[in-house]
Amino acid sequence: MSPLTQSAHQVLSILKKDLLIEWRARTRVLSLLCFTAIILLLFSFAVGPDTATLRRHCGGYLWLSLLFCSTAMLSRSLRIEEESGAMDSLLLAPISPIWIFLGKATANAIELFIIGLMTLPICFALCDVAIADSAWRLLVIIALGSAGLAAPGTLFATITERIQGQVLLMPLLLFPLVVPMLLAAVKSTSLILTGDLMDEGGDWLTLLVFFNAMYWPLCGVLFERVVEV
Amino acid sequence: MSPIVQARGLCRRFGQRWAYAHIDLEVAEGERVLLIGANGSGKTTLLRSIATLLQPSLGQLSLFGMDPKTHCIDIRQKIGLLSHMTGLYEDLSAADNLTVFGRLTGSGRVDVREVLERVGLIDRRDPIGGYSAGMRRRLSLAHLLLRTPQLTLLDEPFASLDPEGVAAVGKIISQMPGTVIMASHQVQQAAAISNRTVLMESGQIRWMGPATNAWSAWRSSQVGEG
Amino acid sequence: MKWFHISAVMGVSLLCIGHGLGLFVAPPEAMMGDVGRILYVHVPTAWVALVVYLISFGAAVGSLWFGRLTWDATVRASVEVGVVLTALLVFQGSVWARPTWGVWWAWDPRLTTTAIMMITYVAILIMRNAIQDSPRRLVITAVATIVAFVDVPIVYFSVKWWKSLHQDHSSPDTVSDPMILPLRLAAIGMLLLALGLIGARRKTELDRLNQEVDPASLPEPIEALSVPGESE
Repeated sequence: MSPLTQSAHQVLSILKKDLLIEWRARTRVLSLLCFTAIILLLFSFAVGPDTATLRRHCGGYLWLSLLFCSTAMLSRSLRIEEESGAMDSLLLAPISPIWIFLGKATANAIELFIIGLMTLPICFALCDVAIADSAWRLLVIIALGSAGLAAPGTLFATITERIQGQVLLMPLLLFPLVVPMLLAAVKSTSLILTGDLMDEGGDWLTLLVFFNAMYWPLCGVLFERVVEV
Repeated sequence: MSPIVQARGLCRRFGQRWAYAHIDLEVAEGERVLLIGANGSGKTTLLRSIATLLQPSLGQLSLFGMDPKTHCIDIRQKIGLLSHMTGLYEDLSAADNLTVFGRLTGSGRVDVREVLERVGLIDRRDPIGGYSAGMRRRLSLAHLLLRTPQLTLLDEPFASLDPEGVAAVGKIISQMPGTVIMASHQVQQAAAISNRTVLMESGQIRWMGPATNAWSAWRSSQVGEG
Repeated sequence: MKWFHISAVMGVSLLCIGHGLGLFVAPPEAMMGDVGRILYVHVPTAWVALVVYLISFGAAVGSLWFGRLTWDATVRASVEVGVVLTALLVFQGSVWARPTWGVWWAWDPRLTTTAIMMITYVAILIMRNAIQDSPRRLVITAVATIVAFVDVPIVYFSVKWWKSLHQDHSSPDTVSDPMILPLRLAAIGMLLLALGLIGARRKTELDRLNQEVDPASLPEPIEALSVPGESE
């Protein structure tokens, strides 16, 4: 087996392993979905029966809910590696930390994407919106936004799970960092839902691609330094 | 032939505390070395450093003639570690865990059934989160048996096992090929399957000698003789 | 006297001259009048804050590359000075915003991303304090600082990317001639002061880190055990 094939095989194995664990404990995914739905409901209560405001800011509510959900999901994803020393087993397999990161961050992105998809109907109902533009484009935005959260989130969750008693550090580090990416996701989602008269959607989508292109390699390389220390 | 493990002046600090210090140790190929010492004497930390999971703060460490800082992956391919923790996933069953790690270690087609049978866990299908301490130990050993490392590091392999389990694990360890470094509180059982003993105290090596003197050395350290 | 003492003294002197010229000699700003004189404090603070974060980024890369405590101490010192400057920046911005826009705070991209940047670096300092192990602390601080720096160019370009109340970047092309000299003096003064503060803080931090891993603090070698029955 060539080194590249072996590395791809390892990434896929880690991805499958993470998805298998989530499948075995699928009530947890339901809990995350309920959590996201509750946050959406809370936003609706806070805004009140002003449907125009709800409609206008629907993209923001959706992505903020996913952001809060991601902290619970990402912390959990790294806790299962640290609580029983499984990360040591992965390192001693041996697997390069970069492939461990790729596998885990991809699994996290897929899980966030699924939760995002399942949250969409709830969001549409609460905010009284429908897709004004391409549904495929909305799927791409949710995929890119999930990936943009998953990469730095996996890195920071790894860092904070190794620091005792600092539960709040993960959101404190992650939230400021992903604000620009989040803005791009919110803007592009809102344009899909309310209509893109000025054809700005492409620019925001480009920004989302740019953030992913920047975060994934950077976080992958830095992940190695974090787990090896 | 150059030693498998060569440590010179090895020290490791955590905050204000030195976990181990002034460690000079050479382990030749095929040796079975037993580390003994009270809780907190630095055995686990030293084993983790030899396993390349924890970098020493000071000193030089060479494994298989290679520097762990630059040849980490090459060294890890030759090492197996049985640590305090299971090193596995609580939500998966024993068979699932071993299948996952069998694939990840590139062991080829692993006969998971055979490995589980060797450690007496064949009938369990539930997630390992509900296992007792003894079953976890046996499962960790099964995980180790997926590969045949050249250097095997064992941290308390007999912990939480009944006398039957101790005998079975002792037999498995005695049949392990290559070099073995084992830390254990079960001095007599472990010394029986070792050829050299290292006594650690307060993070330093206090005594080194043949395994036949392990119990005497342990007793001497406990009563404050020497 | 060390280099950072000299740098700080020179910085304060230039700041005094620059601010003095800006307050008393330079003409009032065309649209904002005397309120616009805060420009000579606010703009240098903004420039130097970004430069200091750039220093922290370089030091973090050096930290990971060389693994030496000198780089780690520089990261901590520059992040701390950067946080102080950013806090000043946000405060100055509020003071300027009130008479200009009628509010203490506006949800403008530059203001918002600057506040976010400050919180990020404060979080890094909190995280650093929670890690006792020296090598781990070095690596994790460096990693977080490198990733946080990604935020800095976004703050800088936010005026161009999003519709903003905030005025465009101040530069010799956008500022009239009588204002350039006090602005430059204040900027250079602020930079020298910041470098002086970084140098001083770096020294105290390095002394503390060296004491932590000082081989002189190693325990004495333990007395060998004599086992009965073993030959001498």
